Amino acid sequence: MSQQQRKAVALISGGLDSMLAARVIKDQGIHVEGINFFTGFCVEGHTHAIRLKDRNKQKRNNALWVAEQVGIKLHIIDVIEEYKDVVLNPVHGYGQNLNPCLDCKIFMVNKAQAWAWMEENQFDFIITGEVVGQRPKSQRKETMPLIARESGAEDRLLRPLCAKNLPPTLPEREGWVNRDALFDFHGRNRKPQMALAEKLGFSEYSQPAGGCCFLTDKTYSSKLADLWQSRGERNYEFDDIMLLKVGRHIRPKPHYKLIISREEGENHYLSGYRKEFISLESKSCNGPLALLDGVPRDDDIEQAASIVARYGQGRDLPEVLVEIRMKDGSVTELKVKPLPADEVLNSWHV
Amino acid sequence: MSEHHFELDARRLLCPMPVIRTQDRIKTLKPGDQLKVICSDPGVLVDIPSWCRIHGHEVISSDTADSIITITILVR
Repeated sequence: MSQQQRKAVALISGGLDSMLAARVIKDQGIHVEGINFFTGFCVEGHTHAIRLKDRNKQKRNNALWVAEQVGIKLHIIDVIEEYKDVVLNPVHGYGQNLNPCLDCKIFMVNKAQAWAWMEENQFDFIITGEVVGQRPKSQRKETMPLIARESGAEDRLLRPLCAKNLPPTLPEREGWVNRDALFDFHGRNRKPQMALAEKLGFSEYSQPAGGCCFLTDKTYSSKLADLWQSRGERNYEFDDIMLLKVGRHIRPKPHYKLIISREEGENHYLSGYRKEFISLESKSCNGPLALLDGVPRDDDIEQAASIVARYGQGRDLPEVLVEIRMKDGSVTELKVKPLPADEVLNSWHV
Repeated sequence: MSEHHFELDARRLLCPMPVIRTQDRIKTLKPGDQLKVICSDPGVLVDIPSWCRIHGHEVISSDTADSIITITILVR
């Protein structure tokens, strides 16, 4: 009787570890397909697309690139809405910043499982590039079984790079994969992965140890915390988290902040939001476009205009003409004195 | 069998959203159909052809005019 070819779905982040894990299992004759989840917090592509100075950098989706290198299909799944609950209510808490790494991993394995076990897909097990001891929050000896259990994947979750440090999983016990040909990597040392990459003929790979999520970034997390505080509720929409990646964020008063572009690419990007926000732009000389997030009161518009003028070429002039465009498209102009640098308080910078 | 031509507007979306929309739309199409994807993020010039290669579809044209990118895909 011919043996049935087994199927594994690999979580592909675009980094080295998931690339190696997928390749190692594929080399054992398993049919592997990749899955990648888009949460909205992914770093590279967006900043490159928005900022003009980054436009010469190589633009590629690393997960797609990895799939091509390994020779597998990749399914990219939009989980922006469902992921909110992971960010807002992490059962296992946050890491150093607002990164809910452990809940994130459980969520992704669970989603991969739901996709993999679907009748039209019929996969047998899930693989990840996790390595015991590599991450202080999510990749520890005690979190490995927790992820398997809480995701529901149980012993159909195989980590090829550190499998020998863990109890045998179903694919190993059933002989679908050869445990002896798997690895016992552990800790933060990347040399074993780099040596394996070389052995497998991978000369190029992206950032060796992740770092692809904005939530691990201190500045970004501060902006997100500020957003929640100012709105009086922990919630967000996709546009909110995109705008936190763009421009200077300055909050002169609790009830409003300015998002001020830093260069032409950001100017262009922010201009797409002119119907959703009040926008300000210096007219008498070159200057940035700014969005006003919040509901301005009394003399707030004048204060906002003088701040915006301060970041344009007219910063040293006695007066600058600033155009204020309301959400309905109506426009007014205001002559303001650019705010001196020492009057833009450090505490205003989010 | 006659082929059908479809269009997907992915302007103002940043990668990987245009790829996701393309992927999801192609799932509903039949072999021989053509999908024209209109985008503004230059990242699609790399990502959509890459997605097509790994899924066996064919990019039959790719044009950029006034910062708008149009990619036509033949569904296989």
